Formats: sequence, structure tokens, C-alpha cells
Amino acid sequence: MAYYISNIARSKGDPKVLHSGPSSLGAADRMAKALGWFSIGLGVAELVAPERFTRALGMEGKEALVRAYGVRELGHGIASLSPDKHLGLWSRVAGDGLDIATLLAAMRHDNPKRDNVGIALVAVLGVTLLDIIGAQGVAARHSRPRGRPRSYRDRTGFPQGVQAARGAANDFQVPPDMRAAPALAAESDRAPLERARAH
Amino acid sequence: MRALVWHGKEDIRCDTVTDPEIEQPRDAIVKVTSCAICGSDLHLFHNFIPAMLPGDVMGHEMMGEVVEVGPEMRGKLKKGDRVVVPFTIICGECDQCQRGNFSVCQRSNRKKYLADKVFGHATAGLFGYTHLTGGYPGGQAEYLRVPFADATHIKVPDGIPDEKVLFLGDIFPTGWQAAVQCDIQPTDTVAIWGCGPVGQMAIRSAILLGAKQVIAIDHLPERLEMAEAGGAITINFDEESVVERLNELTGGEGPEKCIDAIGMEAHVSPSMPDTIYDRAKQMLGAESDRPHVLREMIYVCRPAGVISIPGVYGGLVDKIPMGQLMNKGLTIRTGQTHVNRWTDDLLRRIEEGQIDPSFVITHTVGLDEGPEMYKVFRDKQDSCIKVVLKP
Repeated sequence: MAYYISNIARSKGDPKVLHSGPSSLGAADRMAKALGWFSIGLGVAELVAPERFTRALGMEGKEALVRAYGVRELGHGIASLSPDKHLGLWSRVAGDGLDIATLLAAMRHDNPKRDNVGIALVAVLGVTLLDIIGAQGVAARHSRPRGRPRSYRDRTGFPQGVQAARGAANDFQVPPDMRAAPALAAESDRAPLERARAH
Repeated sequence: MRALVWHGKEDIRCDTVTDPEIEQPRDAIVKVTSCAICGSDLHLFHNFIPAMLPGDVMGHEMMGEVVEVGPEMRGKLKKGDRVVVPFTIICGECDQCQRGNFSVCQRSNRKKYLADKVFGHATAGLFGYTHLTGGYPGGQAEYLRVPFADATHIKVPDGIPDEKVLFLGDIFPTGWQAAVQCDIQPTDTVAIWGCGPVGQMAIRSAILLGAKQVIAIDHLPERLEMAEAGGAITINFDEESVVERLNELTGGEGPEKCIDAIGMEAHVSPSMPDTIYDRAKQMLGAESDRPHVLREMIYVCRPAGVISIPGVYGGLVDKIPMGQLMNKGLTIRTGQTHVNRWTDDLLRRIEEGQIDPSFVITHTVGLDEGPEMYKVFRDKQDSCIKVVLKP
């Protein structure tokens, strides 16, 4: 729908979108995008309100750790939204491992918010599964299949052959504004010093 | 009509859009018969170049038949003409156009106010290439409005297949200009980083212009094979050191001329740690481009040599070794291609059979398959090197 707004930058006769067709983004790309934005959202929340997380999870005093995880989430998000989204998604999987380890450490019997930690753990495990599915999907969609590439051995571009083509454009005069600096410019009959002085 | 439309990062769709209309007296409408996905479209696909808006029509390599013209064609274009449309929109009259510097035409960028702020001074309008270059709808569509159409066209005769002339609009003159601005001498070694479509054209151009040896650098076997077929010696950077091999092939002197046909998205590999650094910074928005190739070229180029950069860079790069560049007295030449400066000559070379640019096409599909082909091309799947779309 953004294209409706951007039409203000177009002239009267410029084409404007009437109906949108299929996209170059596949399902895996959309999933990476969604997970990337999720990372950004979570990262911002962890950075600006870490006490909400620590209070809910019975981890008071660990606000600095949550903020650090927020920065990490922002990194995952930026990478997942970039063309190198597979790196972003695999980094998210690694981050999920860290989150799981942190939550397991908080599953102490003396933690009054143990139930909340359990819920968070289930949620992180679910997201981890999505991250793995996303990362594998992106890899499958964008990797170069193994095997022999096509052969372009006969694609010379020269109908009369390469040998005939060498120097075939010797009738071409390089324009004065594109000639090389004196040291590597065209050879002439003059001695190098004289040639240099002429410039 | 149908068109490939940018909706966001990696989100290209084949949409139904309104037909373009004549707006200015020098406009023409072209029914597109063939168009292509360019390597530089991938920078937009990844949203690495700013100022794309959802709803922008993609594409800057296209050709077709003129179906409607504005009232001021001055006899230069008429209905029924077969044209290749250059990716640079040119007025043909301003000071820069008069000098042949078409890619910095002073009048064709209709969003000059924006480009002036970002670039210091505006450059030419480009088709389908962000609002910094005018926000003009591109040609991956059934119809295209061509502004300043009396100047912005390359007439091609009937009887030559689209595939042979389509690339006159971008990659062939881009590879050609990359080689021309090296001022190649018969004693020169020309090293070319990147064996994508522009790299392949630069290889053929350097061969035609008579380089002693042309060395092509990539890591994809099919692209290296195509480069070798065109007469290049190849270096697979996954298997050997580029610097060591280039020095070995040049008697320890380094190549006189270096061409960067990669640009802002250099391959990222643990064997090239600077590429990981660049990728991380690019991801965080702290750097827009990954200039590994520039660093390597500056390092390995022979002192007093020439570095030619047809590869697209979008904004800010980091850790460029200015000390090496300055002390070695290297010349850097770059810029978007002055397409119309070269096309008469290149069309003649195609007609004479010196070169057939269609060699680079690996996939031909309908417009509906365009979104999927962006993915295939980006991921280098199915040995994809160049995609042609038939609207």
C-alpha cells in the first residue's frame, strides 16, 4: 500500500500500480523478515524496559544482562533483515541457545516466578523451532545447487574467432579526454624525456 | 500494462500499472520488445542505493518500437522506428551533452534539487534508477515513456535480432568505455575484476582494442569459463591469490590497466577479511559500499597505471589506501557511461561481425517470471549470467 503514498513523487504520466502481482520474496524470505522485526522489537523492549523482564521472571538484579541481550537481539534483527538473512537466522538460533541456558538457570525451586520462567522457556523453544525452519528454508531457497555448472566454453562473443578479434578495433581513436597519463600513454618516436616535456 | 515494480528490499513484483503517457513535446512512447536485468539492478533490489520508492518501475536496458511521439521530434524519431533506449536520458543540447559527457547531462534529471543536495551537482536522468536520477519509470515493462526521445535513442535497423543490439543501451558501451578510458596500448596487461555481464563486455572490448593480455578475476566457474572463451586468462580468487598471480603474469610489475566491474557489492569471504569488515559496516548502515576490489586494484596496479571503474558505487566507502594511490601516481577514471558517445561505432562493429554481444545471454523468460529471475540472478543459480525478459 506504500506505493499509493509514494505516488506523490510521480508525475501525471508515470505508471502507477493498479494490481500487485507475485513477489520475488518467497515464504522463507517473509519468515526471515518477520523474525527479523520480532528481534528488533524484542531488542528494543529489552533495552528500554529490562526491569519488566527481570520482575516477571524473578531475575531482579540482572537488568544489565537483559540489556546486553537486547543489543544482541538488535544485531540478530539487522542481520535477518539484510540480504545475508541466513546468517541472521542462524545467529538467532545461537541466541536462542543462550536464552534457554539463562532461563534454565532461573528455574530454581526458590524462584517465586518459576511458572513464568517455564512459560518463557516453552515460548523460546517454539521460536527456536521457527528460527531453525526459517534458516533452513532460506538456505534451500537461496543457495547455489551443487553439481556441474552449465558450460559456456563456446561463448566467445566473436563471430570470427578470438584470434581475429585481437586488435580488430585498431581503427578506433581514443578521445583526448580518455588518454592515459604520460608515463603509460601512447608510444611515439620521441625520446621519453621529450615526450614527458611535451605534456 | 504489466511492469516489474520495486516494493521494498528484495521485493520485486510483476504488477499491473497504468500505461505511461506523453508529458512533454519531446517524449515518445516505446513498446518494449526486449529488456534485461542488469547487475546494477541488484543494488536496488538490495536497497543499497537510496531513494527508491515503493511503486517504482525497474529496468534500464530495453529496446522496442516507437508507438507514439510528442510534437517536437524534429524529424529524428517517428512511429514505427526500432530503437534501443540508452539508460542515460540526454537532452543533446546542454554543455555536457555537447562535450559528449552524456551521463552528466545538465537538463534531463527532473529531480535536480534532490541530486544537487546529494551529489553536489546533478547528473543525468536515468531510467528506473532511484529518485536521485529523476525517478523515471524503467523499461522492465510493456511500454516506456522516453523523455527527450529525439536525443535519447539509438536507431537500429530491422533484420538484426533484438539480442544482438539490446545491450547497446548499457552493458556493451559500459564495458567498452571501461576499456577505452584505460587507453589500452599493445604492450598492456588489462586486469578485470568481475566476470558478470559488464566484466564480460569489458574483456571483449579490451581484446578488440588490442591489449597484450587480458586477465579476468572471479570465482564462479561458469563465469570464468565464459571469460576464457572470450580470450582472457582467468584467476579464481577462491583458489589462488589475486595479487600473487597478477604479479606472476606481469613479470612482477603489476597490470598497467585495472578495471573494476564489481562495484559496491564485492563478494564476502573469510579469505578476504576486509570484506567481512565491510559487510558488517554495511549491515549497520555505517558504510554503503564494499570496496574490496578498489583496495586490491590500487595495491596491485603498476605505478602510473590507470584504474577504470564502471562498477556502480552508491555512497561512502571506507579504508581506501590513498597513500598507495597518491604515491604510485595512479589515474582513476570512472562515471556512468556516456552511452550515445559510443553506440554508432559499436553498432557498426556488431553489423560487421566483429562482436556479437548476445553471447552473454543465459536466460530468456517472460515478464511474469521477472521477480523469480531477480532471485536466480542474485543467487547465481542455474549458471545465470544475463537475463533477458520478453514483455
